Amino acid sequence: MCLAIPALVVELLPDDMARIELDGVRKEISLSLVEGTKVGDYVIVHVGYALQLLDPEEAALTLALFAELGKQT
Amino acid sequence: MSKTKSVYVRRLDLKHRRVDMSHGSGGRASAQLIETVFAAAFDNEYLRQGNDGAVLPLPPAESRLVMSTDGHVVSPLFFPGGDIGSLSVHGTVNDLAMMGAKPLWLSASFILEEGLPLADLQRIVSSMAQAAQTAGVAIVTGDTKVVERGKGDGVYISTTGVGYVAAQHSPSGDRARAGDTILLSGSIGDHGMAIMSQREGLQFESAIESDSAALHELVQTMLATGADIRVLRDPTRGGLATTLNEIARQSAVGMVIDEDAIPVTKLVAAACEFLGLDPLYVANEGKLIAICARGDAAKLLAAMRAHPLAHSAAVIGTVIEDDSCFVQMKTKLGGRRMVDWLNGDQLPRIC
Amino acid sequence: MKYVDEFRAGDLAKNLAASIALETQPERTYRLMEFCGGHTHALSRYGLLGMLPANVQMIHGPGCPVCVLPIGRVDLAIRLALEHDVILCSYGDCLRVPASEQMSLLKAKARGADVRMVYSALDAIKIATQNPTRQVVFFAIGFETTTPPSASVIKQAQTAGLKNFSVLCNHVLTLPAMEAILTQPGGVPLQGLVGPAHVSTVIGSQPYQSITTRFRMPIVISGFEPLDLLQAILMLLRQVNEGRAEVENEFTRAVTPQGNRKAQALVEEVFEIRDSFEWRGLGSLPVSGLKIRAAFAEFDAEQRFPDLVYCNVSDHKACECGAILRGEKRPQDCKIFGTVCTPDNPVGSCMVSSEGACAAHYTYGRFTDSKGMP
Repeated sequence: MCLAIPALVVELLPDDMARIELDGVRKEISLSLVEGTKVGDYVIVHVGYALQLLDPEEAALTLALFAELGKQT
Repeated sequence: MSKTKSVYVRRLDLKHRRVDMSHGSGGRASAQLIETVFAAAFDNEYLRQGNDGAVLPLPPAESRLVMSTDGHVVSPLFFPGGDIGSLSVHGTVNDLAMMGAKPLWLSASFILEEGLPLADLQRIVSSMAQAAQTAGVAIVTGDTKVVERGKGDGVYISTTGVGYVAAQHSPSGDRARAGDTILLSGSIGDHGMAIMSQREGLQFESAIESDSAALHELVQTMLATGADIRVLRDPTRGGLATTLNEIARQSAVGMVIDEDAIPVTKLVAAACEFLGLDPLYVANEGKLIAICARGDAAKLLAAMRAHPLAHSAAVIGTVIEDDSCFVQMKTKLGGRRMVDWLNGDQLPRIC
Repeated sequence: MKYVDEFRAGDLAKNLAASIALETQPERTYRLMEFCGGHTHALSRYGLLGMLPANVQMIHGPGCPVCVLPIGRVDLAIRLALEHDVILCSYGDCLRVPASEQMSLLKAKARGADVRMVYSALDAIKIATQNPTRQVVFFAIGFETTTPPSASVIKQAQTAGLKNFSVLCNHVLTLPAMEAILTQPGGVPLQGLVGPAHVSTVIGSQPYQSITTRFRMPIVISGFEPLDLLQAILMLLRQVNEGRAEVENEFTRAVTPQGNRKAQALVEEVFEIRDSFEWRGLGSLPVSGLKIRAAFAEFDAEQRFPDLVYCNVSDHKACECGAILRGEKRPQDCKIFGTVCTPDNPVGSCMVSSEGACAAHYTYGRFTDSKGMP
């Protein structure tokens, strides 16, 4: 549903905040809704908050699935 | 402007003082402001005469006179890649350029808000002078008024420009025809996102710079190719989408554009993604759309790409027959959708 | 953009579309609902609807919090701004929603109300901190994606001891709305649901079991990108053809069975479920909306400003949003679509936000309504 984007955590900041980056655009967002976030993680960001960690392995698997499904035509 | 004394009781302190109501009253303070800030920066033979107007020569035979005007209310006054001053010069120069004209003379009218730091005004005026000089135009007449604090946004600038257009060049919004090619001079969304990046509540650290630039020399290069350029327009407020729809309606045609062909920098794409904005609707201040006869597209594109302001120029679509005047787009996914007029103001979305 | 661009690859899209075509049985009609407004928007914006075979029909669901926000609730926000001199902070989506008496938050601003657009609840609390002598009210809307930020900001206000900050809460719940759609009398049968992307990152995939079990309805949770949607539709079609009714998760990179427990706990701590809440286009639904718990009453705008009484405002008689949300009609079937009712002058909930079915069709798809289009 609501607009959310996957972004890279580039810096952890005090007060449960972090700096994230998407292709050169940076913003400060809140980590108060997630736990254990590290620099280098990707998070889903919605209205200034990280909502969930993105799982790179699952992302890769999904992409592989698209490619494979397509081959069946 | 009235004749001014060259010596004043006290020098104008540009570093620390602010605009106050006396600067707009037409008296000594007004005169000093005009002489110290405006006339000094814009200096040319017309201004030096110190009259209320500038007497300008008529165009030569085989040329016609073109006039255009623009109001500038941008906030914030200073943004990455420009300011209200340079914007006001580029905006009017570009309006004339889109008529195929060579811009020559500008007037500049300032509405200053009481309390505006003179240092800011100096910065803006210097920027205008620089932009005018680079564009080869002179600011030959102007006016200054001051409004009370709270009744203006720092400064509003209105510029009117006059230029000459050769008779054989007449790009016009109603001349697009089915089969014509649509070209875009470069990436979209840079100006609007540069402004957004400064807006309170939507700040993000990035290096997006406004693309504000004078396009008249690019246009002259394009006209010199001999290509049959039917329409020229710069996609400012409302972005590429709005401008294409305007032209489609004026010419009573439809259009099909290719999303993949439209240049958008990574930075602008990411910024738009963040805010739920569509780059197609974001303002540009240094780009143009050209619609030409299909056979001329290749040579026109080559000429554009050879110019520094249009190095990433691209063919983005075709004009088609369509009574409904829709602008359609082939998406990157291979699907089709409409590119409608801007509905209201594009506001950042959460959902 | 990593994890974005790869999921928009054109060549993969074509393959997926072809797979979908192969999967459909020509004699069947498939009616699938994408619940989430963001998905409705994506389907139109990327031109995906035209890439689906004619016998796969996408019905657009009510998962758009701006669309289902009752006019009466917007009226409350406008009254706060105009009559109580608060600083009214709102997400951009709500500013143009037309309310009673031709007003909107934007129009209230033009009349002198201090209405400020914010990207995040964090901005609202910053404004409250910077303006200690003014009352600041945050106009909170959204499904389960947007609720945790509101919960977090209320806790933050409590910790900081802010005395001038409150929230006007209009948060709603996904599952009650799904159930309402599936139980509404006269509703046309659906064969499958595309589950919301980001709501699911918060609530997890597990809760949807109650829907599949109770209604024998296949659900595939889909990511936000066009390739996600195409694959989710393919997975749904396979379930329908094979007679299965399961919860499947396409958005595995961000959705787990449990979801975000921390966010859920925070929401549980700050909010409780209202007995019933008005949904524009759907009527009053039981246990479908949230209100702020008594423990946080000082941050509840409805407590702080007790003269704010909600008045229900009905929609225009000619508005077909209810039927459209239930899948009985399409936007183009509505008599006032595109004429009286447009995004610039929205009459009903489906046109109010760019994610509503009518707005999406008007903005991206209405060129297909005309005859003779290429």
